[in-house]
Amino acid sequence: MSEVLLKAEAVAKHFGGVKALQEVSLTIRRGEIYGLIGPNGAGKTTFFNCMTGLYVPDGGGFVFDGAPLIADAPHQAAERGIARTFQNIRLFGNMTALENVMVGRHVRTKAGVLGAMFQNAATKAEEVAIRQRASDLLHYVRIEERADDLAKNLSYGDQRRLEIARALATEPKLLCLDEPAAGMNATETAELRELIEGIRRDGTTILLIEHDVKLVMGLCDRVAVLDYGALVIEDVPAVVQKDQRVIEAYLGA
Amino acid sequence: MDIFLQQIINGLVQGSIYALVALGYTMVYGIMGLINFAHGEVVMIGTLVTITVAGSLIKAGMPVALAGLAGVSASVLVCMALGWGLERIAYRPLRNAPRLTPLITAIGMSIVLQNLAMMIWGRNYLTFPPLLPKMDFEFAGANFTAIQVIIVLVSAATMGGLLLLVYRTKLGMAMRATAQNPAVASLMGVNINRVIAAAFVIGSALGALAGVMVGGYYEIAHYQMGFMLGLKAFTAAVLGGIGNLGGAMLGGILLGIIEALGAGYIGDLTGGFLGSHYQDIFAFIVLIVVLMFKPSGLFGEKTGDRA
Repeated sequence: MSEVLLKAEAVAKHFGGVKALQEVSLTIRRGEIYGLIGPNGAGKTTFFNCMTGLYVPDGGGFVFDGAPLIADAPHQAAERGIARTFQNIRLFGNMTALENVMVGRHVRTKAGVLGAMFQNAATKAEEVAIRQRASDLLHYVRIEERADDLAKNLSYGDQRRLEIARALATEPKLLCLDEPAAGMNATETAELRELIEGIRRDGTTILLIEHDVKLVMGLCDRVAVLDYGALVIEDVPAVVQKDQRVIEAYLGA
Repeated sequence: MDIFLQQIINGLVQGSIYALVALGYTMVYGIMGLINFAHGEVVMIGTLVTITVAGSLIKAGMPVALAGLAGVSASVLVCMALGWGLERIAYRPLRNAPRLTPLITAIGMSIVLQNLAMMIWGRNYLTFPPLLPKMDFEFAGANFTAIQVIIVLVSAATMGGLLLLVYRTKLGMAMRATAQNPAVASLMGVNINRVIAAAFVIGSALGALAGVMVGGYYEIAHYQMGFMLGLKAFTAAVLGGIGNLGGAMLGGILLGIIEALGAGYIGDLTGGFLGSHYQDIFAFIVLIVVLMFKPSGLFGEKTGDRA
């Protein structure tokens, strides 16, 4: 098993004349918390979307867990072991918290259409297992008491946790969090940080897009900085923090 | 009084059939926002396949019950394949097209299927083979037959099964997730192509059952029978709130009862000017009233729910 989990090779994406990503290459190692930061519009979310198959890159590509990622089918990215949360929360609002997480189990279970229609023993056993695993995950992110509430009725912080639980349900090798701390107060951010560290301890590699520079610098093992769609630097936080180009990107030259 | 009860029973039977067909419309609409106007034709083909298969098996000397079972199974299988094919060939290539395009394609598919059926089965009315013994029951002055009882029971069981499927199984969960947000569902590993295909296949299977019931109930069938049935079922789906399963069921039964009561009393109400063969107007009065005063239907959610 190689130490590298994800390798992005010269990934490029244009929207009309706008170069949202210009040949971005970076490497995420197994077991690390990897931060991706940059000013608004730097291309962070575009990078995520290319990786998870929502966009097809115009150039370059990804090698994930030793094999190239075929970039045009999101459910395949999930099958390979990439899960994500969203900057603007995207839960299934009219389903309960538990059901949201159960949807995430979909990719790791086998029963197909025929099984669902005829309800054989294997299908039933699987349904029970899905339900159990989903409640365990709700417990893991500490919102188990909200299991039967509709997702849209959860508080903002709980919705963020639910998104993480749903992503974890796919048993990802790489968990991508798109601005998980956005809109959170200091207490909630501290709790989130604890949760993220716990997930890493349990063996999942984490890619974190975040605006909260303090959170990123405190939490991440390595950090990449994007600016105008190009990679500025990729290094440990201590080096990145002192880099002149990063300071310029954030404060304006 | 007995005409009232009689018409309620007739309406319940007719409404059960509408409900089964309406579910096919509402499942597809709920998941992909498409009104599959070819669904009525799927029902029609369900009826005609049963006639051919069961009819020829009976002629070949097979016991009626066995022939009927074979006819129904064949019809369900053919319709499932047809629903799958419609989605794969006609609608999937238009997944990202403007909404009007697949709608017009659906109307086109409806015409194609009607003409195909005309080429295979001809223009004449066909007789549905008698699969059930004729039995009459009486209850409080109202009469009903064995087939009416069976229609109501089979519809109820089928609808119960569908609700279990949608609310208790993994596939149902994936369907509801896809209905709410296809992009996110696919990121969670749901293969939305497969979910949409499943909605078509299941809807078509329900349509086939409805087709068998219509055939057995009226004992005749025709290549154009799917058109009016489809419109009525669509009305039922709109009445209940299109996209909502419970709504389609209730809408179907309500519509059947409204129609039956209307047909039963229209003669008295208009002093004999209009007879019961004007019953079709009631469905469309309902459609117009719903669209004017509560376009989202009885259980419909406000639009804009799809992100």
